Amino acid sequence: MKKKGWKEIPIGGLIDKGGTAAEYKTGDWRTFRPVRDEKKCIHCLLCWMYCPDSSILVKDKKMTGFDYEHCKGCGICASICPVKCIKMDKE
Amino acid sequence: MNKVVALTGDQAAAEAMRQIEPDVVAAYPITPQTEIVMNFAQYVADGRVQTEMIPVESEHSAMSACVGAAASGARTMTATSANGLALMWEIVYIAASTRLPIVMPVVNRALSGPINIHCDHSDTMGARDSGWLQVYCENNQEVYENVIMAVKIAEHKDILLPVMVCQDGFITSHAVEGVKPYEDKRVKDFVGEYRIQHSLLDVDRPVTYGPLDLQDYYFEHKRQQAEAVKNSLKVIPHIFAEFKKHFGVEYDFIETYKMDDADIAIIALSSTAGTAKVVVDELRAEGKKAGLLRPRFFRPFPKEMLVQALKGLKAVAIMDRSESFSGRGGPLFAEMRSALLDEADRPLTVNYIYGLGGRDIDTKQIKSVYTDLEKIAAENKVKHLINYLGVRGEK
Repeated sequence: MKKKGWKEIPIGGLIDKGGTAAEYKTGDWRTFRPVRDEKKCIHCLLCWMYCPDSSILVKDKKMTGFDYEHCKGCGICASICPVKCIKMDKE
Repeated sequence: MNKVVALTGDQAAAEAMRQIEPDVVAAYPITPQTEIVMNFAQYVADGRVQTEMIPVESEHSAMSACVGAAASGARTMTATSANGLALMWEIVYIAASTRLPIVMPVVNRALSGPINIHCDHSDTMGARDSGWLQVYCENNQEVYENVIMAVKIAEHKDILLPVMVCQDGFITSHAVEGVKPYEDKRVKDFVGEYRIQHSLLDVDRPVTYGPLDLQDYYFEHKRQQAEAVKNSLKVIPHIFAEFKKHFGVEYDFIETYKMDDADIAIIALSSTAGTAKVVVDELRAEGKKAGLLRPRFFRPFPKEMLVQALKGLKAVAIMDRSESFSGRGGPLFAEMRSALLDEADRPLTVNYIYGLGGRDIDTKQIKSVYTDLEKIAAENKVKHLINYLGVRGEK
């Protein structure tokens, strides 16, 4: 994303629309990466409920993976998983 | 014609606030707060204004509540003084950098310690780099009118900066003077209605105020602030013109008093300028070419006008009612010297730090400064650059 000059941005640090967090990639903050064992996953979606950053990808009520561009590796998904199918691997 | 009424500086500010009738006033109700808030709270209690008054538990909370209210789009005011402003500090910067047009009368009083409650400018001069605009008032009428004007200045779409309207503690804030308030309707017509462009409470068009702003954009936002303050020098004259059209009273960034043919002059803020005018009159009666220059605005700093007003003078004394501990004089002195540095033909300058902690400044002391200036002009030499006027133990 090309950074804008001071004349091109709203004043006062205002963000003048919603949903812009998706544009800000925070995945490189991560030290540990969540990795799922697909065979063990029961698609209870507790990880989706608990993820503080909407980084659990879900399609048709099935857990499909992680949004690694935004996941910061907090490990809450691994901790909450009832069947322990998510492990945290060092990046 | 408007009636002249007897008001203290505090009451003059509160009267202006009553007429402006802001949507929100969040203020700390106990000392170091002044009677501005006490009087305004009475107006709220008596049902004379519909303002939402939020009495908070500290000045830090007062400015925090103002930030929230202003971001929602409410016309927002508070008032403070001395250590109250110091406690607000963190949020004072946030209000300015978030570009919220909050108007805050400030009663200039010394910052402790040792503990002191009397007049000097250490409180607002400390806040000079916070990004707020600062107006310094000589008398109660100016307090009244500047509070009204400050609303228009702060909210102007090409400015959008908070404004401090400063008056001298006790000397102005507690002294009764004749003030001519305008009719309520005229004031309301002048300030008009305030409409924010992006309200924090507009759920249909959601916005974020105060996000994290790191190495990638913080600098750009500071650059915008610098531009806004600089640009306010061009915009504020339109508001002066509007004020004149509406109320028939002329304002400018500076006031000059008998400066046209002056050889020597004092530069002073606020009420001290009133005292100096008496001395100028006395010296003029003796045939001495003395003048007075009073910056009304310290932010924006009206450099060109100040420099222009000093053209042809031989010696100028810059009076500071606060100490910056730089060893190079007070804040007004430092900025005036810097402003004059580009001028080939500039007067000799000398600094007087005076009146700290409410130490009285009288005509005799001011006369002594003009006497010093006569000597400096005659000898074309400044012997003592930084002087402490009225302190015991000097010389």
